[in-house]
Amino acid sequence: MNRHLEFEELAQRAVRLALAKGASGAEATILQGDEFQVTVRMGEVEILKDAGSRAIGLRVLYGLRSASAYTSDLSEAGLARMVESASELAKVSMEDPHGGLPDPGELGCLDGDLELYSPDVDAVVPARRIELSRLAEQAALQFDPRITNSEGSTYSSVTGWRVLANSDGFCHSYRTSSCSLSAQPVVQLDGRMERDYWHHSALRFDRLESPESIGRTAAERVVRRLGARKVQTQAVPVIFEPRVARSLLGHVFSSVAGEAVYHQASFLAGDLGKRVASPKLTVIDDATLPGRFGSSPSDDEGVRSRRTVVIGNGVLQSYLLNSYSARKLKLRTTANASRGLTGSPSTGAGNLYVEAGEASPRELISSIKGGLYVTELIGSGVNIVSGDYSRGAAGLWIEDGEPAFPVHEITVSGNLRRMLEQIEGVGNDLEFRGSIACPTLLLGELTVSGT
Amino acid sequence: MTFSESFFARHFQITTRDLESWLAEGLSRGGDYADLYFEYLETTSVALDESILKSATQGVTLGAGVRVISGERTGYAYTDDLSPDRLRAAARTAACIADGPASELKHSLEQGSKRELYVLPEPASLAGRVELVTRADSAARAADSRVFQVSASYSDSLRHNLIATSDGRLAWDTQPMARLNVSVLSREPQGQPQRGYSGGGGRIGLGFFTGEHSAEAYAKEAVRQSIVQLTAVEAPAGECTVVLGPGWPGILLHEAVGHGLEADFNRKGVSAFSNLIGQKVASPLCTVVDDGTIALRRGSLNFDDEGQPTGQNVLIENGVLRGYLHDRLSSALLRTPATGNGRRENYQHIPMPRMTNTYLKAGESDPEEIIRSVQRGLYCANFGGGQVDITSGNFVFSAIESYLIEDGRLTRPVRGASLIGNGPAALREVSMVGTDLKLDQGIGICGKEGQSVPVGVGIPTVKLDRITVGGTARA
Repeated sequence: MNRHLEFEELAQRAVRLALAKGASGAEATILQGDEFQVTVRMGEVEILKDAGSRAIGLRVLYGLRSASAYTSDLSEAGLARMVESASELAKVSMEDPHGGLPDPGELGCLDGDLELYSPDVDAVVPARRIELSRLAEQAALQFDPRITNSEGSTYSSVTGWRVLANSDGFCHSYRTSSCSLSAQPVVQLDGRMERDYWHHSALRFDRLESPESIGRTAAERVVRRLGARKVQTQAVPVIFEPRVARSLLGHVFSSVAGEAVYHQASFLAGDLGKRVASPKLTVIDDATLPGRFGSSPSDDEGVRSRRTVVIGNGVLQSYLLNSYSARKLKLRTTANASRGLTGSPSTGAGNLYVEAGEASPRELISSIKGGLYVTELIGSGVNIVSGDYSRGAAGLWIEDGEPAFPVHEITVSGNLRRMLEQIEGVGNDLEFRGSIACPTLLLGELTVSGT
Repeated sequence: MTFSESFFARHFQITTRDLESWLAEGLSRGGDYADLYFEYLETTSVALDESILKSATQGVTLGAGVRVISGERTGYAYTDDLSPDRLRAAARTAACIADGPASELKHSLEQGSKRELYVLPEPASLAGRVELVTRADSAARAADSRVFQVSASYSDSLRHNLIATSDGRLAWDTQPMARLNVSVLSREPQGQPQRGYSGGGGRIGLGFFTGEHSAEAYAKEAVRQSIVQLTAVEAPAGECTVVLGPGWPGILLHEAVGHGLEADFNRKGVSAFSNLIGQKVASPLCTVVDDGTIALRRGSLNFDDEGQPTGQNVLIENGVLRGYLHDRLSSALLRTPATGNGRRENYQHIPMPRMTNTYLKAGESDPEEIIRSVQRGLYCANFGGGQVDITSGNFVFSAIESYLIEDGRLTRPVRGASLIGNGPAALREVSMVGTDLKLDQGIGICGKEGQSVPVGVGIPTVKLDRITVGGTARA
């Protein structure tokens, strides 16, 4: 496959053109992807989509000034226009004392195969892809006679290249693949409808969960929602199942990301070295794990990937930084630079996870007399500056350690600072279904708003 | 302007014969309908942070998508290379959704009527853009000594598109968009920082940002919001009477009914509003409209991304559900007139029913009287975002600036809290509608199934007798 050599050459050419125009430094990123999607609904193919695209982005540095441009026109003329744009823009940007490329000593890639690409994804014939969607939906529809409708099951896959070259001699490309399958059944009872969904993604086709399992799990979840009601407003212990617990971990990420920290726009800013959470919480960011979605040979500015302990037994041990935020905070980069096609990098996670605890989910549920088991969260009411947290929720009401009835049209509220301190239980059910993973979590008390 | 003078004809030497040949390729294996969507998007953005212009970016994306519909099935392919071979290949790929003898291309392409809801703005200079964000930054810092962080960003774009359909529709448009955002942090000495945010724009250019839309006005508003939060107390928890202020709180409509009335969900029977046309779904004080024809608005379009002229669509009239928002596929399947709501994020995506500008029509109550009518409740002046489960109908929207109402008067500001309700039920709680309809400032982004489109919302001051507020202060 010589495609990546072609792209590497192109990225390096863009860098050279920028330098020739007078830039003191440059970074070029190329993203190329081929995607496929089939959606089957009520047994029939509803959507079939198949296409690819590629584009290039360039960031130029004129001393401590930087600017960026991008284009999907990869011809000589297109490249020239992009370089011209970036150079013109650089004239209006201002000197930023912390700007610039990473320290050359930090650049590099992990050795060895991170297993981010598998040829078996592209090798799946279209008819099989369609069949998988059909089977997943069918498994959901057949699970319960009250499931009479579906929003469809979708199989999708993406393969592509990512290339980065910079004027300090860094040049690397890597290839990724992924496939995923989902089911979204709808159940109806007494004039009310509920929907739920389940899906699985994998880097390799042979690791994709079976359609029967996906369909069945989606169906079990949707049937469990039937008859959901509101509850009275009260403060109770709350358990977050893994799929929603991940979102809490996402808020932790936002709070330790370099930008938020140096702007003092995070409730965790300034707390390095202090206890910020229950001793049961350990949060790791690791981009070096083979075969996982969050892994990469280097971050998006070419710094070698690594493993970082973010929170160790409740103590904040590290922020997640790129070169820029590291310089602002007088710390070292943690290889967490993230960038789309262009611009200065922001912060991204590798594989971010909460280390598994000892209790089973069952034990966590049994341990509370009355409370809420959350299966869905909606809305964006999370303020990372203040830590205020208020989101819509659905789930199961726990009575005497047992799930009693489904609930919905309620909110859970609190403040993230207290929430982290109140993690009383961490489940043993850590499972990587994406780049953010979290086991079941039990929090001591949150306000549930209902009637 | 004739087609040969239009953007894609001039820059890419595309003729109507080319378009017809690609459409025919799309129908080469059967199929009821095919369309082509070409797009050229140029964007510029500048961002000032910590008083330094840290980021200036400019870019171009270009591509075309081919869609073929056969019954209820849609085939789609796209290419970022507009050479004839690649377009033909994309058409052939999309054609695979059908499996039979070729359909005939019956109509020749005819340009539809023109409309001008927006005009090409004066070209902005880089210096002009930088000046705008610099003024916002200075004004924010000068507004209050408690302000310690300011970020101001400005982004503008020009989108050229071209749509050709096997129904004979030929449409092309040039769509401007611009937006200024100011975000600040303030704190009392040694106190907890709080954020304030303000932004606006529309299908306009740099010249729009004067007077009430000046950089200074947005900056001061962002500062005001963050200062209010410095003394905010816990928000109430539980069911509450809520008064929504005018403008962006119209997001209530977007979440409570807007998505639920998108026709794709309804023709599949998965929306809480399915089969409710003709039924009462709101109080008789409520008339909800989705209107893509308002000049210069962020959510407006001369025609949608399928070439269908946008319209003023009454969704709910005096509380009764009148209709859904359609794309071509749903209006054909439900045998109902098109509404001009078929939109897509870009050429890489299939269109589906989306909102444009969604608002509640003004009523007859004096806004001050609405607040005075509340013994104990909450006044929500501003919101962040929202989300909805259209099947159960449950929706949330997150208040970011609210005040307790005590004995008919606004008293203390409270911290952010999400409000949750159920679509078909929530608007039945509307008991007073003010005379002060306002549309939002031009900042709305709507996400659906992985596609974002710009939208507008609007509402007058409105009283909701009962909705659940997700605070932490229990009565």
